Amino acid sequence: MSAVETVRAPGAVRARRVRGFGTLLATELKVWLRDPTAVFFALVFPTALLLGLGLAVPAFSDPMVEAPPPWNTAPGITSYLPTIIALAVGTIALTTMPVQFATFREKGVLKRLSTTPMPPQNLIGAHMVINVLALIVSAGASVVGALTVLGVPMAADPFTVLLVLVLSTTAMFSLGLLVAARAEKGTTASGLGMLIYFPSLMFSGVWVPLSVMPDWMQTIGLYLPLGAAAQGLTVGWFGTDGFPLAQVLVLAAWTLVLFPLGVRLFRWS
Amino acid sequence: MTSPVVEVSHLRKSYPGAGRGAPPRTAVADVSLEVARGEIFGILGPNGAGKTTTVECVAGLRRADGGTVRLLGRDPQADPMSVREHVGIQLQEAALHDKITVGEALDVFGSFYAEQADPAELLDLLDLTAHRDQQFGKLSGGQKQRLSIALALVGKPQVAILDELTTGLDPAARRATWDLVERVRDSGVTVLLVTHFMEEAERLCDRLVVIDGGRVVAQGTPASLIEGLEGHRGVRLRFADGAARGRALALLTALAEQDDDVAAATTAGDEIEVTGTRTVLFAVVQALAAAAVVPDDVRTVERTLEDVFVQVTGREYRAEENEEVTV
Repeated sequence: MSAVETVRAPGAVRARRVRGFGTLLATELKVWLRDPTAVFFALVFPTALLLGLGLAVPAFSDPMVEAPPPWNTAPGITSYLPTIIALAVGTIALTTMPVQFATFREKGVLKRLSTTPMPPQNLIGAHMVINVLALIVSAGASVVGALTVLGVPMAADPFTVLLVLVLSTTAMFSLGLLVAARAEKGTTASGLGMLIYFPSLMFSGVWVPLSVMPDWMQTIGLYLPLGAAAQGLTVGWFGTDGFPLAQVLVLAAWTLVLFPLGVRLFRWS
Repeated sequence: MTSPVVEVSHLRKSYPGAGRGAPPRTAVADVSLEVARGEIFGILGPNGAGKTTTVECVAGLRRADGGTVRLLGRDPQADPMSVREHVGIQLQEAALHDKITVGEALDVFGSFYAEQADPAELLDLLDLTAHRDQQFGKLSGGQKQRLSIALALVGKPQVAILDELTTGLDPAARRATWDLVERVRDSGVTVLLVTHFMEEAERLCDRLVVIDGGRVVAQGTPASLIEGLEGHRGVRLRFADGAARGRALALLTALAEQDDDVAAATTAGDEIEVTGTRTVLFAVVQALAAAAVVPDDVRTVERTLEDVFVQVTGREYRAEENEEVTV
């Protein structure tokens, strides 16, 4: 039956205090942690990749002699850390989240909730919270790992890094929401997510590091959410190129376009 | 009788056509019904008859095109959230995460409601106590259905809407589920039961409507519907040979014309079926005895809701599009 016509459960616009949200969040978190694949990719993968590369590839341990001081003594992996943080955002937004949301739809969880006093929007809200927590753990672990294990110096402008990270999260999570908005099955959402995930990784410097990426790729990357994220994080971490205004504006613009679109197109059953 | 718990009048609902320019498909053309407090009320009909659409409109999960719905004195079409606290709904194709346990699901669903049933009591009522810590994905079909009922009851609803509760269950699990629905009714909950199983409706429902093509084609108690059949009693006769059968058929056809208690005599395979009122058996036996035509075997035929469906729609009852005819 055409589920598009289903009466839109209220609460999407009006934020109301709903009984049981705490229990819902706690239970969802507990259940989420039972999926080892999702947990690995969301929490462990970026840090594992960073530490693996940093420890195994000699070029990543050597100092960046051509970088302006004080970075000329920092190990090569330093320039890869912002990319890894962007990877952490992208992995959760494009692999974990769309599959989760589409599976809720596929399994009828959203529809099941719409029969109760708990609007299904709150399940999506709870998972946004869980994904933000996962991101804090994942990005936090990669930063701590880089600083303590690999000897990467602390960011020059931590607040810029934090601002770009927040905007990257809003932009990429909005993209993830849009990817999941219509997919009827988890596998459909997964396929669509991957289709965006891999090119995004390319422009955020996972395959070709930003430092050696050709200018034309950098230019394209600036206008893509994950590319802008990696570039903005890099500028903030090194602090030698001022404030990443263009990247911040691009991320804000993506958020402003993608989030309402994702909410509008999201099918609740 | 107190005011009805559910009141639907002239409900209408169409869906957009399948392709571009395709005409809209009418799911519910005209459905009216009233459910009294404390009864099991059935909505019976073949797949695609409009049953699920009807209850989804009743529950405020779907916006109707026309008609009115009152549920517990409220208007679920205008304010769907107003009925959520008081109506427990078990829907077809609505499930849970595979990895949530039975106990967790009950706790989390219970937390949504102002008043909660005791989870331990519910588990006990639904024979799920032993599966409390089992994950949803590892439950059997029957256990999943029982949990689904438990979740529909966890908010202490006044009305429970149960949609195709026993589809996909084996006969034993189906019968166990029927017992359960009766226990739910006996605990004071009004049950609105959607089913395409004739047997289920006949066994469980205090009253029911039969829906076909989006319209109510019959309504009443199962017994009254069956009693209302023309020639609702039947007798089947088998004879030793074709000659005896021929003589008997001529005799009984004549009897049907004279005797008001005998409606018709027809051949059914190598048997003769005679229908009529409750005295049809006596009339047949007397007529045969008087003519000294002795059947090998006589048995009465039980009438069911299926016969009601055949009579009101003029066609055989097919529960599922792709299933064999169940008549």
